[in-house]
Amino acid sequence: MTTALRFDPIRLPPECEVLRKEVRAFLADEIAAGTFDPHKPQREDNDAPEFSRRVGERGWLGMTWPKKYGGHERSFLERYVVTEEMRVANAPTRRFFVADRQSGPMLLKYAPEHIKLDILPRICRGEVCFSIGMSEPNSGSDLFAAKTKATKADGGWLINGSKIWTTSAHIADYMIAIFRTSPPTRENRRHGLTQFLVDMKTPGIAVNPIRQITGQYEFNEVVFTDAFVADDHVLGEIDGAWKQATSELAYERSGPERFLETYYVLTELVRAVGAKPDTRSAEGIGRLVAQLHAMRRMSVSVAGMLQAGKEPVVEASIVKDIGTVWEQQLPHRVRELAAFVDVDASNHATLDEQLAFATKLAPKLTIQGGTTEVLRGIIARGLGLR
Amino acid sequence: MAESDNIVAETAERIFADLADSQTINHSKDAGWKSPLWQALTDAGLTLSWVPEACEGSGASLADGFSVLNSAGRFAVAVPLVETMLAGWLLGQAGIASPTGAMTLAPADPRDRIRLDDNGALSGRARGIPFAQDAKHLAVLATGPNGYSIAVVDAALCRIAAGLNLANDASDTVIFDKVRPISTRPAPKGFDHSTLLLMGSVARSLQIAGALETMLEISVGYANERVAFEKKIARFQAVQHNLAKLAGEAAAAMAAASSAADAVANCTKFDDAIFLEATSAKIRCAEAAEKGAAIAHQVHGAIGFTSEHVLHRYTLRALAWRDDFGSDSYWAVELGKRVAARGADELWPLVASR
Repeated sequence: MTTALRFDPIRLPPECEVLRKEVRAFLADEIAAGTFDPHKPQREDNDAPEFSRRVGERGWLGMTWPKKYGGHERSFLERYVVTEEMRVANAPTRRFFVADRQSGPMLLKYAPEHIKLDILPRICRGEVCFSIGMSEPNSGSDLFAAKTKATKADGGWLINGSKIWTTSAHIADYMIAIFRTSPPTRENRRHGLTQFLVDMKTPGIAVNPIRQITGQYEFNEVVFTDAFVADDHVLGEIDGAWKQATSELAYERSGPERFLETYYVLTELVRAVGAKPDTRSAEGIGRLVAQLHAMRRMSVSVAGMLQAGKEPVVEASIVKDIGTVWEQQLPHRVRELAAFVDVDASNHATLDEQLAFATKLAPKLTIQGGTTEVLRGIIARGLGLR
Repeated sequence: MAESDNIVAETAERIFADLADSQTINHSKDAGWKSPLWQALTDAGLTLSWVPEACEGSGASLADGFSVLNSAGRFAVAVPLVETMLAGWLLGQAGIASPTGAMTLAPADPRDRIRLDDNGALSGRARGIPFAQDAKHLAVLATGPNGYSIAVVDAALCRIAAGLNLANDASDTVIFDKVRPISTRPAPKGFDHSTLLLMGSVARSLQIAGALETMLEISVGYANERVAFEKKIARFQAVQHNLAKLAGEAAAAMAAASSAADAVANCTKFDDAIFLEATSAKIRCAEAAEKGAAIAHQVHGAIGFTSEHVLHRYTLRALAWRDDFGSDSYWAVELGKRVAARGADELWPLVASR
């Protein structure tokens, strides 16, 4: 084996538990104030600008970034706690989540100083929403087949083509996207793509909604027609996006959002079976809780390794593979276990609604942000099989 | 836990590599490999790792001992090392010195109870006791009129009905018929069957995780050697993805088991959080054993199904270890009951408690 897998038993340090209490109290206040209903993950209006600003005010956005850019120089483990508490509460994080998780770190690494000073503090204040332009109508998992073109113009680039499945493009202020600046070479088919920061208010950008099978509206087709992007909005090396796109993946792949997406149905199942479950329900719940616990330990372990400056790329891919398959199956397991629950149980209607939504949502979990197949390819490479 | 972090584990690893090589053991016609291995483990003080120095043991930390167990799993060690360590730990709870030689412990099945009567004699039946027929002594947790007691018993005084686990290691029924222990002392406050079984379960989880690491290693190695359809089978995406899944199962087992071991090594009492750690480790490692062993066999094809190949030493032990000290089904029911009793809104605080 070229890589020995490692999952150190990382514990969250005491400051995380103080923070956790603060986040829970904050969320309880928001729920009490009617900002969102934690029992309704299926709600349509997940965009909550005021809530985003309040999260920013608490210092929970850009937590790990330098203070110079509005960040708070806290640890990845502290960010982890905020993320998991928000997720478990079904808080409306859509407006800031992508910016905080990946767009901000990308800008931090590749954007010129004046752009960092302009945008990063606004992300930290919860004011801006980001989307990611990767997939195109004819390139999904095969990222490097992207064709949307950036053609050199005076002082910048003209973008033509389209991106698809672009989550939040309709509410986003910015997009970080890859566009083709050169054809691929014979030696390197990944060559020729460049990352750009795109202001969504730029003329020549049309956002067309795409409805999902859940009934929600999250993603879009984004069409570029001679949309102008200035030279200083190039992120990193021209033609060299392939070197950059993978560097942040460990963060994206191993977080709590990779196994908690349908967690609410487990909570409601426990509520529905009551304090004295039959053997079948007890065993089913016990197994699910054990699986959840094991996954969280893996995920926290990866967060701890990242904090320690390691690069657990394979471990992170494993967390996403196992985590997304689990959260995808969860509504089905809960459905089986709930089959004999008293229909007059106080939360039966809530459980049914949640199950219907989670069941419809489930297919996307193993597709978004790197399909199961792509992840297993990465793991196999790490094992020395390819 | 890919490499050992401490001198105790390194010593164990070296002995296993020298004297518990699975290829050599698999080809040996008799059990002649056992005594040099046992002797080396004894000489190095590993069998009494968890016995305090005051009781003439090695006084290793729980954490160090746990890494020995993980290593024992990686080598699919089939002598009563883990059992002797656990027995020494159990006796140490009551301040009883460990005798020399192999030991095991009872009960190992949640349904079994050994009773201590007014005359100080033990009665009862304990099933699925690993290596009872190889043990000189048994460490026993008994229930009596004054609560829980811990005793050390001469194995020769017990009736032992020999049995075998899936891997053909001894797994026996031990019958105590008014057996007088060598020594009996009260168990510490709060120590009960659940404590014993949880500790045993953490041990088995670490062993299963270790066995899965080896299954992954030899399966990857085999896939990179074996040629079919004019290429290494490692080049087939179907095989790659199966092995990626095996890696995931090994990883989940490793994470769950090492987290539970770390939690137990640093705890002052077996509270709900430790209960979650230990039961989850056993449940998840058992599930990983099933899925992982199936993939390891699938990758190896027919050769892995032969007694000649070493694969079964790992797969069958990992599967057998699921049943010791409470099966995954047993612990899942117990965990499910505890979660339900705490209530829905207390589930997340429990999961996120560390």
